Amino acid sequence: MPTAEIASQEPVSTNGKVDPSVVMDCNIENLYYGSFKAVRDTRIPVQKNAITAFIGPSGCGKSTVLRCMNRMNDLVRGFRLEGHVQFRGQDIYGPKIDPVAVRRFIGMVFQQPNPFATSVYNNVAFGLRLNNFKGNKAAKVEEALKSADLWDEVKDKLNESGLSLSGGQQQRLCIARAIATEPEVLLLDEPCSALDPVATRSIEELMKQLKARFAIAIVTHNLQQAQRVSDKTGFLYVDTSEGSRTGYLVEFGDSNQIFHDPKQKETQQYIKGEFS
Amino acid sequence: MTSDVAAAKPGIPRNPDAETLDPFHGVDFSKLERSLHRPRTFMSMLWTVIVSAMTLFALIPLFSVLWLLVWRGGRKLSIAAFTQLPPAPLEQSGGFGNAIVGTLAICGMALLISLPIGLLSAIFLAQAKPDNRLASSVRFAGKVLTGFPSILAGVFAYGVVVMATGGYSALAGAVALSILMLPTILLTSEDAIRMVPERMKEAAIGMGATDTQTVWMVLLPAAVPRILTGVMLAIARGAGETAPLLFTALFSSYWLLWHGHVKLMQPTASLAVLIYNFAGMPFANQVELAWAAALVLVVMVLIANLIGQSLANRQVQ
Amino acid sequence: MPTETQISKPPSRTQAITDTAFRALCQGFTWLVAVIAVIIVLKIVLAALPAVRQYGLGFLSGQVWDPNKKLYSILPEIWGTLYSSVLALIFGTAFGVAAALFLAEGFTADAVFALLKIVNLQFHPFWGKLPVQVENLLSNLIELLAAIPSVVYGLWGLFVIIPLVRPACHWLHADLGWIPLFGTDLSGPGMLPAVIVLSIMILPTITAIGRGALLAVPTRLRMAAYGLGATRWEAIFAVTLPTASRGIFGGIVLAFGRALGETMALAMLVGNANVISVSLFSPANTLAALLANAFPEASPKDVGVLMYAATVLLVITLLVNVAGAYIVQFTASELEGEKV
Ligand SMILES: Nc1ncnc2c1ncn2[C@@H]1O[C@H](COP(=O)(O)OP(=O)(O)OP(=O)(O)O)[C@@H](O)[C@H]1O
Ligand SMILES: [Mg+2]
Repeated sequence: MPTAEIASQEPVSTNGKVDPSVVMDCNIENLYYGSFKAVRDTRIPVQKNAITAFIGPSGCGKSTVLRCMNRMNDLVRGFRLEGHVQFRGQDIYGPKIDPVAVRRFIGMVFQQPNPFATSVYNNVAFGLRLNNFKGNKAAKVEEALKSADLWDEVKDKLNESGLSLSGGQQQRLCIARAIATEPEVLLLDEPCSALDPVATRSIEELMKQLKARFAIAIVTHNLQQAQRVSDKTGFLYVDTSEGSRTGYLVEFGDSNQIFHDPKQKETQQYIKGEFS
Repeated sequence: MTSDVAAAKPGIPRNPDAETLDPFHGVDFSKLERSLHRPRTFMSMLWTVIVSAMTLFALIPLFSVLWLLVWRGGRKLSIAAFTQLPPAPLEQSGGFGNAIVGTLAICGMALLISLPIGLLSAIFLAQAKPDNRLASSVRFAGKVLTGFPSILAGVFAYGVVVMATGGYSALAGAVALSILMLPTILLTSEDAIRMVPERMKEAAIGMGATDTQTVWMVLLPAAVPRILTGVMLAIARGAGETAPLLFTALFSSYWLLWHGHVKLMQPTASLAVLIYNFAGMPFANQVELAWAAALVLVVMVLIANLIGQSLANRQVQ
Repeated sequence: MPTETQISKPPSRTQAITDTAFRALCQGFTWLVAVIAVIIVLKIVLAALPAVRQYGLGFLSGQVWDPNKKLYSILPEIWGTLYSSVLALIFGTAFGVAAALFLAEGFTADAVFALLKIVNLQFHPFWGKLPVQVENLLSNLIELLAAIPSVVYGLWGLFVIIPLVRPACHWLHADLGWIPLFGTDLSGPGMLPAVIVLSIMILPTITAIGRGALLAVPTRLRMAAYGLGATRWEAIFAVTLPTASRGIFGGIVLAFGRALGETMALAMLVGNANVISVSLFSPANTLAALLANAFPEASPKDVGVLMYAATVLLVITLLVNVAGAYIVQFTASELEGEKV
């Protein structure tokens, strides 16, 4: 864990140098879908060996910000970003950057489990094949499944369809698939929203283990969950003052501080509303 | 407790004023009963009977065709029919072995032409954005071509292949058939690829798969059964077509493989043209052979259809 | 967390090149399809140009076809094509829409269910599935009609339909000969057998597209009609059919295109006579049948003339097919919009 705490409004250290523990620095000035401004003024650093949570009301742009971080939004027509997203000091929206390459280092797990219609094994080996991995695939698959806490449940049915697993198992399979290639950053968009409390707990435990190896960013609707697992929290809110619904970052800081001593009025109200 | 309706249902207290509160008070209940004397009910019944009768009537030709094929065609079916060459007029016996080979060869060549073109452009169409002009024009052209008269495909192949190479050939027939097969393959393959859930595509892209990797590793494997369904339908259609072969592949009384050479640039026999030629002949033997060939052709077409159907059904489960 | 053996890496050069090449390939083949579509039309039209110059529009209005005298014109064929297709469309539509209603509005399943109810098996684990299965079987059978090759229909028409209708035709001509429709006698092949077979061939198209259009009508619309006390058929006539009408109409137009271009059944059954007659029993000819009969023996000179005839057929069918495809596509998108 990084010992030197970063001031909540100053995610990047003051003297202009990049904090070495910040793997990704996401700085969105304005983000548009066509003519609709979806997000503005949002700056979130994602740190190594930590879990960064995004919270906020529905439609405030959490998924948008997250998808922005591995250029999934490039698939949406009319998407436009003003600002920059830096990954290890490099702007991933730079003119020479290949979005495909970006996504190989910044993995993503989606809200709905989305295994491929092939065997469990092939699902996990998918990323290895993508990257032309020459080493021992079976060992890597096993390792990934173990890290995703799924190995014991599926070790006897590696050749069965990934779709035959339960919802929680499918989601862990998707996590195993994402971590098999050992990306640097793992983005999780409401990974537990389709799961029951027990499966949710096991994924939370999993995330805590995984943060030793990855930088993790997670979107969640569940404030208790954010409080339980995250180290840093960003609160996004919707600004309706200009006639449209534009999301923006209200407050970012240590999870402890956000949940127990929020500085901003909106955050206070949101947290209070959710907890009382 | 009296045994009236309210009391029969536990929990509903009996209303002493039921008589006055009854919403149906004074209604003649016989009017609610179903009765054919009422014109509306009668008309409804009548229409049901008409429509059912018409549907069943529409199926009579199917059974008639199938029955005749089995009855008239089955009689003549023998090993000889599959192994011998077509008989000359007045000659007895004979078969249509070369026509079966010819149909298979022409269809196979047509598939070799139309499958790569159809599949690759289907991949493009399925991935294209909705506002892509090329994709929407080609899609529309495909839909229009589905109804393209088969005889005109023959006319086109005549102009492009027969006139250019100076003779009738299996290749010319294959070009004609490939034009008829292309739209089916194109449109069903595009549908098949589009039916792969968007989430799977997203998962692949989210892991950094290139478009090509997404297509080959995720989309095509999931879409293959449906694509094959389309291919089988296209083959079934191609095998049954006669008109485009009449003046492209023409007909031949010899084997495709003759003295060790495959004569792809020579006139080639096909079952469909054989049926047409023999049906109009005044010789009983030829007419019987036409029926037997029709049975073989229909069985081939139906098998192709059934394979396609079962692939499609398997996908659903 | 730098691992010794980093797995994630940017797409390799090969991957990048393959990706670009494959995408270009797919796009190239799509262009190829577009080019093929254009070439098909151009090839036929260009081959017809010399004959168009030579015979002009008189080709379309004259009634003689005599290769010996080098006299060519195709009005009887145009008439025969349109007349046979329109007649076939009338029968095909009546039966095709009836079958579409029968299959889409649950009559089949209801009938089977009612039968099962008599023997009290309607919820049986095995027999209970029967209604749905019978409905699927019926629609598969109708689709099977489309799978039978047209030359087989021609064969069937020659040996079954012609002998079957001939007595009736004799009688109609003898007793009702003053009606133009029965103005001549049937002597073997003729318009009526051709039309009967043609109707059967286009029926599956109408049924399949019509059924799709009917199934696409949202259930809530039907429920609204029932809720107002409509009978099943009042609901069908007032709500279901009007809502699906455009889709059904598109299917009919496409079926019309099929009928116009259908070749073998007509070449075998219509009689191939250069005659213009409204009589159902008169032999006639169609453009497609003319091409099928004349092309195999055509001398290089005749080919130009036949290409002219092919161009006429091409223009007619293209117009009809474009209209049909447009209507079906438009309707589909409209209904999809409605579901949202
Ligand atoms: N593909 C898209 N095209 C256009 N607008 C979009 C698209 N995706 C999201 N939006 C809009 O952007 C805004 C933010 O959406 P986003 O999905 O990021 O919200 P969210 O915070 O993730 O909400 P939730 O908690 O419900 O998932 C919304 O107003 C939404 O309508
Ligand atoms: Mg979201």
